[in-house]
Amino acid sequence: MNRMSFARLKESAIKAFFFTNGILAVLVLIGIFCLLLFTSVPAFREINIKEFLIDKNWNPTSPVKEEYGILSMIVSTFMVTLGALIIAVPLGIGVAAYLSDVAHWKVREIAKPIVEVLAGIPSVVIGFLGIVLFGPIIAGIFGVSHGLNAVNGSILLAIMALPTIISISEDSLNAVPRAYAEASLALGASRWQTLIRVRIPAALSGILASMMLGMGRAIGETMTVLMVTGNAPAFPKGFLSSIRTMTANIAIELGEVPYYTTHYYALFAIGLVLFIITFLVNLASDIILHKYQEREQ
Amino acid sequence: MNRKKIVEFAGFFLLRVCLYIVFAVLLLFLYDIGSKGAGSISWEFLTKAPRRGMTEGGIFPAIMGTFLVTIVTALLAVPLGMFAAIYLNEYAKQTRLTRVIRLSIRNLSGVPSIVYGLFGVILFVNILNCGTSILSAGLTLGLLTLPWTITASEEALKTIPNSYREGALALGATKWQSIRTNVLPYALPGMLTGTVLGLARAAGETAPIMFTGAAFYLPFLPKSLSDQFMALPYHLYVMATQHHNISLVRPLAYGTALVLIALVLGMNMVAVIIRYRLRRKRRE
Repeated sequence: MNRMSFARLKESAIKAFFFTNGILAVLVLIGIFCLLLFTSVPAFREINIKEFLIDKNWNPTSPVKEEYGILSMIVSTFMVTLGALIIAVPLGIGVAAYLSDVAHWKVREIAKPIVEVLAGIPSVVIGFLGIVLFGPIIAGIFGVSHGLNAVNGSILLAIMALPTIISISEDSLNAVPRAYAEASLALGASRWQTLIRVRIPAALSGILASMMLGMGRAIGETMTVLMVTGNAPAFPKGFLSSIRTMTANIAIELGEVPYYTTHYYALFAIGLVLFIITFLVNLASDIILHKYQEREQ
Repeated sequence: MNRKKIVEFAGFFLLRVCLYIVFAVLLLFLYDIGSKGAGSISWEFLTKAPRRGMTEGGIFPAIMGTFLVTIVTALLAVPLGMFAAIYLNEYAKQTRLTRVIRLSIRNLSGVPSIVYGLFGVILFVNILNCGTSILSAGLTLGLLTLPWTITASEEALKTIPNSYREGALALGATKWQSIRTNVLPYALPGMLTGTVLGLARAAGETAPIMFTGAAFYLPFLPKSLSDQFMALPYHLYVMATQHHNISLVRPLAYGTALVLIALVLGMNMVAVIIRYRLRRKRRE
């Protein structure tokens, strides 16, 4: 073999090596889905899929009749997520708008790393603060015996979703062409009117995508909700009741369940439901962001 | 002042309040942990194992456990992340496959951490038979960190101007030679910075390690990769909710929270400082 073709061979081998690493992300994603699916399937030898999804009662260790309904958990998950978005979306957009449109650039340079610090706090620490800090406050305000309920979970999830919402909303506000604002100002609108009626509507798709991403985070978050929502496995009665989300249920029961039982497989089935929901939410946010970027270019 | 001005003033004020609320929450968090955790920090707390059913003593095994598991995480996620980023930024063309890869990476970073935990239980603990161990937990965290290290490394590669690559190619270098000599040396510090941020987040994760290797209590340090381990985040969870006398061990929980937050934010800070210095250097 002459030197030239050896060099070429080496180059393509190197390229193939990097390609293998590049394709790994796809394989991991598919691998997660497939392994969850295969481990969930045995559960449905004994459980009816329809009942699994629409039955409210989850009681896999009952000596009388084992029940595997996850509706209460799905509703609980969406309840804390909704609560989190109600708090985090206006607050997040407010901060993003302030940083992009009002703040001096020096304030922005300081504020952005500070918001990043918030994103860096581990979820278990935030859950701990929910117990020691927000729990007593919530109990006092609403006059309930303890503050471990859906409200507490919503507040903490909102705090965790904020950095995502702020940074992506701010990016999309900054990406709005300057001409939009200039035209609006030239017509005599104030900066506030320009922000509310021109710039925010123009950045709406990015803001929407940031909300979806925040929502995905909130749905999948485990430690905070596990620590502060009380974990009662009943159908939630309201925001002040103790609830158990899908993530918390997996975390509570996976440590105790005997391997390779229907209960064990059912926990992986919950994981599969969780994976599918977050996948769809993330995909939706991705499509929104992508369309928006293509339109910009 | 006319009405338009008043509305604008009030509106901007409201937006500023939003920012202050976020600052206040963060300050409250840091102040609460700092003020109540500082009392528990002592040389003994940092260097001794828990005693008397974890009501006394320190958190040394948890610190070591987190340190060791983060090393395993780094060994998996850092090289794989860098290689994948090199492929995406240097080799990949705008094809459908490349779009699918990028989509997968973004989606992987949105997969719930407990789902990574479940995946780790099936793949590493059961199928690959690693048991509940540092290895299983570290590999699980490694996969979780992978999308972050890929993204961060690619960001670093993007900052290298094309003229660097073209200069090498024009002198007759092959593609790999140009990457090795003219791209990687300049991108490496940036890549490392980004990966440190990813590792800091991994070190604070709890859900993925709960069922793949973290132990409630171990009186000794792990001796090999196939041992279970104590970890700071899981230890905090235990002390905050699972201990038989939660109110008695609250100061210890605060101390653990402070050490964990100091570790994670410290790693963040190091990364930010390196990045800042690099940027300044490049400007000069």
